[in-house]
Amino acid sequence: MSDAFITEERIEGRDEGPLAGRTVAVKDNISTAGVRTTCGSRMLAEYVPPYDATVVSRLKEAGATVVGKTNMDEFGMGSTTETSHFGPTENPVAPGRVPGGSSGGSAAAVAAGEADLALGSDTGGSVRCPAAFCGVVGIKPTYGLVSRYGLVAYANSLEQIGPFGETVADAAALLDVIAGSDDRDATTRTEGDDSSYADAATGDVEGLTIGVPTELFEGADEGVVETTRAALGELEDRGAETREVSLPSIEHAVEAYYVIATSEASSNLARFDGVRYGHSAEAEGNWNEAFGRTREEGFGEEVKRRILLGTYALSAGYHDKYYAKAQDARAWVKQDFDSALEEADVLASPTMPVPPFELGESLDDPLQMYLADANTVPVNLADLPAISVPAGETDGLPVGLQLIGPAFGERRLIRAASALA
Amino acid sequence: MTARTVQRGEDDLVTVIGLEVHVQLETATKIFCGCPTEPADEPNENVCPVCLGLPGALPVLNEGAVESAVRIGKAIDATIPEETRFHRKNYYYPDLPKNFQITQYDEPICADGELEITVEGDRRTVTIERAHLEEDPGSLQHVGGGGGIDSAEYTLVDYNRAGVPLMEIVTAPDFRSPAEVRAFLAELTEVLEYLGVFDAERDGSLRVDANLSMIPGEEIEGDAREIGTDALEAANRTEVKNISSHRGAEKALAYEETRQKNAIERGRAIEQETRHWDESRGITVSMRSKEEEKDYRYFEEADLPPLRVADWKEEISIPELPSARRERFQGEYGLSEEAASKLTSRKEVADFYEDVAREYDPDLAATWVADELLGELNYRGTEITAVEDRLAEVRRLIALVADEEITAKNAKEVVLRGMLDDGDDPETIVSREDLGKTDEGEVQRAVEEAIEDNPEAVADVEGGDDGAINFLVGQVMGKTGGSADPGEVNRLLRAEIEG
Ligand SMILES: [Zn+2]
Repeated sequence: MSDAFITEERIEGRDEGPLAGRTVAVKDNISTAGVRTTCGSRMLAEYVPPYDATVVSRLKEAGATVVGKTNMDEFGMGSTTETSHFGPTENPVAPGRVPGGSSGGSAAAVAAGEADLALGSDTGGSVRCPAAFCGVVGIKPTYGLVSRYGLVAYANSLEQIGPFGETVADAAALLDVIAGSDDRDATTRTEGDDSSYADAATGDVEGLTIGVPTELFEGADEGVVETTRAALGELEDRGAETREVSLPSIEHAVEAYYVIATSEASSNLARFDGVRYGHSAEAEGNWNEAFGRTREEGFGEEVKRRILLGTYALSAGYHDKYYAKAQDARAWVKQDFDSALEEADVLASPTMPVPPFELGESLDDPLQMYLADANTVPVNLADLPAISVPAGETDGLPVGLQLIGPAFGERRLIRAASALA
Repeated sequence: MTARTVQRGEDDLVTVIGLEVHVQLETATKIFCGCPTEPADEPNENVCPVCLGLPGALPVLNEGAVESAVRIGKAIDATIPEETRFHRKNYYYPDLPKNFQITQYDEPICADGELEITVEGDRRTVTIERAHLEEDPGSLQHVGGGGGIDSAEYTLVDYNRAGVPLMEIVTAPDFRSPAEVRAFLAELTEVLEYLGVFDAERDGSLRVDANLSMIPGEEIEGDAREIGTDALEAANRTEVKNISSHRGAEKALAYEETRQKNAIERGRAIEQETRHWDESRGITVSMRSKEEEKDYRYFEEADLPPLRVADWKEEISIPELPSARRERFQGEYGLSEEAASKLTSRKEVADFYEDVAREYDPDLAATWVADELLGELNYRGTEITAVEDRLAEVRRLIALVADEEITAKNAKEVVLRGMLDDGDDPETIVSREDLGKTDEGEVQRAVEEAIEDNPEAVADVEGGDDGAINFLVGQVMGKTGGSADPGEVNRLLRAEIEG
């Protein structure tokens, strides 16, 4: 079995539809009726959902064939797919290296040709990071464009389900299928109801203004910066214009993101107590001890670390100091993006400031791993859409270019990115 | 509005009580999913991924629950915000599917309301600090062992209730006696039933937590109604849980009041604690001796976008409330306060009364609705809502009485009872039992026959024996099949005998 998958099982859709004859790999935190959905965790290793996520129903309706459930960092918490209870996934285009995360299995499946398309979820970069590391295209939609019903929540105010493809047109076609309002997710909006994203993949960037936020290039790997600049040069050659813009509040983004994401996670993951589903420990003692033992056994190191951080950040006496401040920072980040997007049609940066890590390299230093998300997390804080498109290589390793657009500006992003892939 | 000053001496203790009342809102479906709120036959029948808290399921707000809340807000004259939003209250408990409860925190749907009550003839205004929407948890059944969650052999969980919409209504510490609490709960539930948002008959639809403390009289300056926050905070209070009725509230708090008073008089300190009302034993029992301040880590529920309700207050109308109707009935129909109270205690009763009183004598209508109809229903352990489709028939029966087509006695004892017991309509019973009032000629003939057939009784009547006249009345009634008016028969007999 390919190490991109946790479960390889085919789910057939309708015979006809826009995705008929195409295979799709689905991240293992997206519920599939009758097919186990583990979130890469021991906690849900045997959990079989009784219902389909809205995006899975839409895949079936569109004629797609789901080929399996892909590996991921446990509950989406990581940037390397190494925190999975089911072991790591190797990067198919950079042997010995990680595929990125947390949707590493989905990106790897597309990069290795094991699926035409894939779905991931992006809470702080979890679609864009593996897309960049595996040399494929990944889209993080505007918050509210795609239904989250059936997506097992990590940080529900930040995350969206997003598509992967080898080309921008492929990923856009998958986005067309999954976008649009859903009665089961009150945060969805109608902007994607009659979408035509695939049609926007024309590669026409004539007259497009690309804002380049200096802050997102600072401290990045030299080879990554060069490759990114070269890709921007290619867009300029095709008629786009670049200009420097500034996002001053971005220095607080990583801190704010980890406070908000872990706070929400501490609540979202509280339901895993062994009473109704999932791992249940053989425990002596009262219910409280049984809950504790179940969670001790069922969750891995990184998940426990984030639940503890989030519980702390929300606690009386610390709430104002951490959670409330992080919300303030989130509001500033949004404002900065709004101003920058008044000066430019889209913003551009390296998706990841570094090339793919070697397997095992980052596990011992979670803070280093958190900092690698510096360019992706601000977009989630601002609820904006972004795309990662292959920019080229540095020392034979893939580099992704991230383009960021205004809310519900997916068509603009797809048009710009399709000039490169 | 003036509140009566509570009498007190220097050494007296003044009872101070505040309430948190949970009421179940009458909606067809749960607050965040489409599952029915109707009681189920089996445990865990009315459940779905949302109310079971399955991974990936999301809440969607039932706007009907919000509408009910706005009605309540209007009835208690509360401030309703422009937008209402939800928070998560985080705590672990086996009846809580997500291990957090979706509730409201700093922006409740209702704030700063009030409700007027009457206690022993005095009018009082109770401040309602806030009322907010939230989801009910599931229910637990502890099996074997000690029977509690920490002592049972095992515990079963039923999520049928999980997600049922609740309104938590929090009062200021405005009550000075258990009787006031009972009057408040009666008024509150009456109002809620009038609004059509609450059903008192539904199992578990009312749950009350009460905070009670005793404040030494010397710490109070002036009116005991207005006790400073310092004095309130200085006194230890107990929270009494597990109260589920008006009467239960009065009994539980009377017990707790006496218990605290006795302890203070014996020089013992009152512990700040939570106590459980044991209805069957009639006592409160300590639940936890050490009360830790709980940290619920409230934060906003991002899955539910804020709902704009700014215009709802104008768009939603509420009916005339019981207190206003009570007063109007006294003025408009000349009813006594007691009759007006009885007739307005339920909206359905008051509506039916008005329907009848508009056409017939309001006093006759009051007797028939409040005494005869409600009396017969009460005797059968049922109520007006169970016979809503029969009220048109009851109205026709009252018309027969008002038009003197049949006697009041027959109308009640034969027709009304027959209608309720056998389901027949009044006209069928009247003709089957031949209850139509007989013509005077027939009664006159029966009177003459009775006199002729019973010379001894006639002689006794002439001798002044009143028992004998009753015997003769009975004879006439028998001959006319009970359709004659007994008073009229009595008059005719005397006229005939005494000439
Ligand atoms: Zn449900």
